[in-house]
Amino acid sequence: MTTIAELCSLVRSKNAGPFVLTFDLMFTDQMNYERVRRTRPITKTLLADIYKQKEEDITLVYHDQARAIKASFPRPVFQGELRDSDCYGGQQYVPLMSIIVPE
Amino acid sequence: MEVRVLAPTGVIGAGFKVSSLERGISLKPHVIACDAGSTDSGPAALGSGKAKLSREACKRDLRLLLLARQTLDVPLIIGSCGTSGRDTGVDWMADIALEIADEESLHFKLALIYADQSPEVLKQCLAQGKIQPLVPAPPLDEHVIDNSHVVAMMGIEPLSAALDTGANVILAGRASDSALYAVVPERMGADRGLTWHAAKTIECGAACCITPAADGLIAYIRDDHFEIEPLDLDAQVTPLSVAAHTLYENANPFLLTEPSGVVDTEHAVYHATSNRSVRVSGSDFHHAAVYSLKLEGSQLVGYQTVVIGGIRDPKIFMSLDALLPKAQLYFQARIAELFGDRLSPGDYDIDFRIYGCGAVMGPLEVETNTAPTEVGILITITAPSQELASKIAKFVSHVSAHLPVPGYEGLISTIAYPFSPPELERGPTYRFSVNHVLLPESPLEMFRTKLIEV
Repeated sequence: MTTIAELCSLVRSKNAGPFVLTFDLMFTDQMNYERVRRTRPITKTLLADIYKQKEEDITLVYHDQARAIKASFPRPVFQGELRDSDCYGGQQYVPLMSIIVPE
Repeated sequence: MEVRVLAPTGVIGAGFKVSSLERGISLKPHVIACDAGSTDSGPAALGSGKAKLSREACKRDLRLLLLARQTLDVPLIIGSCGTSGRDTGVDWMADIALEIADEESLHFKLALIYADQSPEVLKQCLAQGKIQPLVPAPPLDEHVIDNSHVVAMMGIEPLSAALDTGANVILAGRASDSALYAVVPERMGADRGLTWHAAKTIECGAACCITPAADGLIAYIRDDHFEIEPLDLDAQVTPLSVAAHTLYENANPFLLTEPSGVVDTEHAVYHATSNRSVRVSGSDFHHAAVYSLKLEGSQLVGYQTVVIGGIRDPKIFMSLDALLPKAQLYFQARIAELFGDRLSPGDYDIDFRIYGCGAVMGPLEVETNTAPTEVGILITITAPSQELASKIAKFVSHVSAHLPVPGYEGLISTIAYPFSPPELERGPTYRFSVNHVLLPESPLEMFRTKLIEV
């Protein structure tokens, strides 16, 4: 059982402006990236399920040149609102790390 | 053709190595450009007009850049002055520049470009349908406009108009980061796709190096490619690190929207030209049918007083879900009793964040079976004045420290407070109130330029 965290050199979340949250998964080497490119463990359906978002609100890109997967969706709480606990959006990626990647 | 653009650091005030700038000068750039702002640290900078970085840090960087500009006799362009790019930020940076000019006996033609938007004009534009929401956007109406500070993010056109007047130092209000780096290559007729992709790549300075640093880069924009090289000879960019920079803080890495169009990096090809420089080709730029200016607005929400504490007893923190709604009802009644003449329930907010039980991710949290040893508590009281926030906080902190825990008889202190008194005044708090675009008649009409012979 291999997880995303084991294949990545960096998994991060960040604001893409005050209203959108974005996630970058950077793979350690070409072999690891080819594996996710082939097996597609990360889909809009899965992200919608994990983060309880609407599938049509999710942007998902496999970026070959950057050896990375990128996903974005609107922030459930906009940056700086009274109920926002993460001004930079930097600590929202952890549930992605344990996603299982098929062989 | 070759246009050389020097990006000395990601944000003015973050610093850079003197040796890197000296190397940059030796490469004879056609322009030095630097960003000074961001929305990333939240709505306070735009709401308050105060810069995020210190005057000393900005003055150190600006002095070196003004001296470099003098040596090279090329334009120096700084955008989004004072973090938010508000008029106060431009004036703040101008004051620093004039002080340096005096100390160093420098002479230049200074252009100040202001980006604040008046509520009257915005309300007219809103009524005329010239303001459109981006996705997602908070609702925008006349009341929000009247209570917000709004700036428009300029493209290259106001910068270019200032260069037309002979300005050699430009201190601009809110500006597209990329526009600062793109304006001179565009004026010199460089390829648009390459220019804007190069500008996107260097806008954070050496952040796209394999060891990101507060330092600089140079971009060489040529006929069919551009090349990126860090100024520090020990720093490296790789095809991967340059390609990956399109991911940073963008929702879609292939399509990056600017006032005049969209930068398209999907078919860009990245090649190493040495172990520390990268060549990029195949970038594209799609002209927008309609020119659009992004608006940013920040609205005062109130004043906050916070209380920080912790709970070690699991019996107490496991009961909070039941206890806190009852406490909130008590607070409401007490506030009606003490401040009913001044406050109704919608005017204030009392928020409990329980660190250890999903406070960091809030609605996005996936973990349900958390069994922490202890939890941290942050109580945030928001009210129309600092005085009222603190008065409410005084009894909220007191009552919260003596919650009636089911099964416990007698009085117990339910929260450990590290400070005496436990209440901390946090000052004003703001929210981002605008995520819209304005469709102007011309790219210049929302900005005002002042020229000063220094």
